[in-house]
Amino acid sequence: MATFRQNVETTIPALRRYARALTRDTDIADDLVQDTLVRALRSEHLFHGGDVRGWLYTILTNLNRNRLRSLARRPALSPIEDNDAPDLAGPEAGGRDIERALATLVDDQRNALLLVVLEGLSYREVAEVQGVPIGTVMSRLARARVQIKNYLDGARPALRRVK
Amino acid sequence: MIDRNSPVTEDELHAYVDGELPPDRMNAVAAWLADHPEQAALVASWRLQADSIRAHFGAAVDEPVPQRLKLDQVLSQDRAAGRSWAAMAAAAAIAAFVVGGAAGWMARGASAAAPSRFDVFASEALDAHKLYVVEVRHPVEVPGSERAHMTQWLSKRLGEDLRVPDLQSIGLKLVGGRLLPGPTGAAAFYMYESPSGERFTMYCAKADLPETALRYTGGEKVAAFYWIDDKVAYVISGPADRERLEKVTKAAYEQVDKTGTKKL
Repeated sequence: MATFRQNVETTIPALRRYARALTRDTDIADDLVQDTLVRALRSEHLFHGGDVRGWLYTILTNLNRNRLRSLARRPALSPIEDNDAPDLAGPEAGGRDIERALATLVDDQRNALLLVVLEGLSYREVAEVQGVPIGTVMSRLARARVQIKNYLDGARPALRRVK
Repeated sequence: MIDRNSPVTEDELHAYVDGELPPDRMNAVAAWLADHPEQAALVASWRLQADSIRAHFGAAVDEPVPQRLKLDQVLSQDRAAGRSWAAMAAAAAIAAFVVGGAAGWMARGASAAAPSRFDVFASEALDAHKLYVVEVRHPVEVPGSERAHMTQWLSKRLGEDLRVPDLQSIGLKLVGGRLLPGPTGAAAFYMYESPSGERFTMYCAKADLPETALRYTGGEKVAAFYWIDDKVAYVISGPADRERLEKVTKAAYEQVDKTGTKKL
């Protein structure tokens, strides 16, 4: 039991990082982590060994999906400064560009990319988190990278491809 | 086996960037890229993306973990939420939902889809709270001195028989109320003030969701308790002092709890 909690505890900083990248808002990110921890601790008895970290990422990813869905039921509001083309110059411009580029991604693609690139999960681990075959993870990654490149190259996110 | 000229697929290029290739194939792809500048540039751009992402978000991992995310805190909050709800809802039908420990938690876990819609009310209410508590001259539309009129007006707009709790017993004066747009239409919003100027707000909106247990959400400055009872979502927001907010919530709850009142 102690080790389960220890494993959860040591993952918290990484969960905050992932949540921050997903939500781009410190408070919302920490709310998400808090909810994740509550779920995890409540379901401790359901956890039969295995990879605690991957399980936590799974919970967080799912909670974020629920959050986005509930937001989608409200009229779409996006912060005004979040629109249109990348900034051309200025400090932090690069950082904000990547933020905006990520924001243009489809949820599943963004999750896959962040889990691999930021969180260092293997393709197999991401496949488990997302509950899809590895091939699907790879195509999500590929699409995410094309989309980000197009965005950063100045080509607007033309048509969002479904499928 | 390792053929410098064997065709390299795009999948392999991604796997190469992400360190997912076996070592021998890794070298083969590296060698292949040396002869294919276009693909090499693509790979470089993916690496740059990854570097920007890590540079931009990586630092979060080194920040101290806030108190509310410490496991002890999470555990005690979760228990306290269950306990205070159980105490408050003793007379209400919802009690059956929580009592029974593990079974109760599992029942709550099982309705995983519901809390997110439920959470929308809390976030709307907190937004309104933050917006209006700082107002000095126009915090409300209808002053607390016109309680009866306000109750009637807001009840009519929500299509719900509302009660505006009287919190004088815990030292909170009704500043007044206003009508707000909510996730499901109209929402009623009341503001209370303590002698020292602390403000608490109560938010009510129709919610076509099942009754829920009490939930707490806290930020650094403001926090809220929220629940759904008899198709109405209630959110009590105030300064992030959990004990104090719990006391306010309890007092308000006892006055709006229709299920319990009906039974008395």
